[in-house]
Amino acid sequence: MKIENTKILKHSHLVGDYRLLVLDAPEISVQAVPGQFVHVRIPQLEGSALRRPFSLYRAEGATISILYKVIGRGTAALATAGEGSFLDVMGPFGNGFPIPDADIMPILVAGGYGVAPLYFLATRCSQKGVLFVGGATDLDILCIEDFKSIGWDVRVATMDGSLGTKGLVTDVLDAWLKDNSDRDDYSPAGQEIFACGPDGMLKALGDRTIAGGFNGWLSLDKHMGCGVGACLACVQRLRDEYNHDYWGRVCKDGPVFESRQIVWE
Amino acid sequence: MNDSEKIDISVDIAGIKMKNPVMVASGTFGYGAEYSEFIDIDQLGAIVVKGICLDAWDGNKPSRMVEVPGGLVNAIGLQGPGVKGFDEKYMPFLRQHDVPVIVNIWGRSLEEYGEVAAAFENMEGVSGLELNISCPNVKEGGIAFGTNPTMTADVVAHVRKKTSLPLIVKLSPNVPNIVEFAKIAEAEGSDALSLINTLPAMVIDIETRKPVLSNVVGGLSGSAIHPVAVKLVWEAAKAVKIPIIGMGGIMRTEDAIEFMVAGASAVAVGTANFIDPEISLNVIEGISAYMQKHGMSSVSELTGSVLV
Repeated sequence: MKIENTKILKHSHLVGDYRLLVLDAPEISVQAVPGQFVHVRIPQLEGSALRRPFSLYRAEGATISILYKVIGRGTAALATAGEGSFLDVMGPFGNGFPIPDADIMPILVAGGYGVAPLYFLATRCSQKGVLFVGGATDLDILCIEDFKSIGWDVRVATMDGSLGTKGLVTDVLDAWLKDNSDRDDYSPAGQEIFACGPDGMLKALGDRTIAGGFNGWLSLDKHMGCGVGACLACVQRLRDEYNHDYWGRVCKDGPVFESRQIVWE
Repeated sequence: MNDSEKIDISVDIAGIKMKNPVMVASGTFGYGAEYSEFIDIDQLGAIVVKGICLDAWDGNKPSRMVEVPGGLVNAIGLQGPGVKGFDEKYMPFLRQHDVPVIVNIWGRSLEEYGEVAAAFENMEGVSGLELNISCPNVKEGGIAFGTNPTMTADVVAHVRKKTSLPLIVKLSPNVPNIVEFAKIAEAEGSDALSLINTLPAMVIDIETRKPVLSNVVGGLSGSAIHPVAVKLVWEAAKAVKIPIIGMGGIMRTEDAIEFMVAGASAVAVGTANFIDPEISLNVIEGISAYMQKHGMSSVSELTGSVLV
């Protein structure tokens, strides 16, 4: 883990409110694994402003990439950072996704910009899997060409039907899981879900993995303070191996948890 | 020997020998290990760990923290591992380090404050206790003790009897007259004072019209409270002989020096650790540079040097 003064190599608009940020961060890049995040100081905010956490979308060579949506004051300020300027970045932080064994069928499920860390994961998998991605409209569906270019099967759902199937991403997933489970060679132990998106989607996926008897690796998105496990702001109710509930730190104990660890409120 | 080597920035606070006057404030530095990957924690004056009560404590439900202009409002609610959990999980790491460890303690009753204090009596590696009678985020204990003169006197006197460790009382800013509380703590046996804890605060989401924090109210920290803290340190320093540790919104060297000029013998960096883990080390260097520039050879020349 490092604090790195990184140069902005590229900072561009993608679609809608989504932007891509590419940073020269050799020390962070070499350590990064899919599902980890970086904690970014936003120079355009006042000095007392907290850092903002972003999942890694790519880590290649000396660079890291972040795909983000302009949602609040921090991301709005970040959007004005110019190429060639510098950002103070800490990371990589947190426990990422486990890389699935070669005989596992990876099922990736994304809500909106939750697709970013899942693309990073797909690039580190030796096998091809399937991506289910959902959003409100076609403007919220990102990176699908990235997945197709590395040979992944991509299934899209939008709430307004502007792209893919109309409805929730879990509707499309459920139909696919049912078709799959009808096959003669089906074994639930042969598949695992890897997901990132809103809490409601993650809970729905967790319920399916518990009922179906397979693993679900869920990446939580929370407001954070320190990012290193000290401030205890970004907590999630968790259950340990002794069936004891506690407030765990998303930044340090996560952000990726197995679905059976999470106690949804 | 160059000039910077002649400058002595070591301090003795309540019998705790520190390499320099820059500590890290309770609740903002975890238990030391969290930040040891970013800085050499042995360079700090002291580490004050997150508040500990007798047994493991769950803390408040999220949301626990919200950013505001000039700082943040938190209501963590003193989540912690309890005395035993702290000893088992965190002390082995801290004992390997050459930095004084001050344990921030709290309780829900007078008796519990005493029991927690007594529990550290023979714990190897603990240099002192900071008595938290000023946390705004727990329903029992905390600030209730720190805003009532009689209760403050009782709890300090009771804890004093239960510990031979250096005792630092952390006062609440939420009182009409800080001098009264500073004098009470001194009279009842406190060896030093920490000033200040967070200021009680509230943030409302105007769209939902609900409080942002699950605890409804929380404590304000960061730059916004710095001038408030400077004023209280200044008032308290004139009234007591025991050393004062100034804290509240130190974001840069100048803020730390301001506390010392106002009367603090040491300072603690808090909220700023979340934003810049290297800040406390930068402040240590900055104090040396300031003293050199102003021809000072000892930190004591800085403390209370305000010209009013």
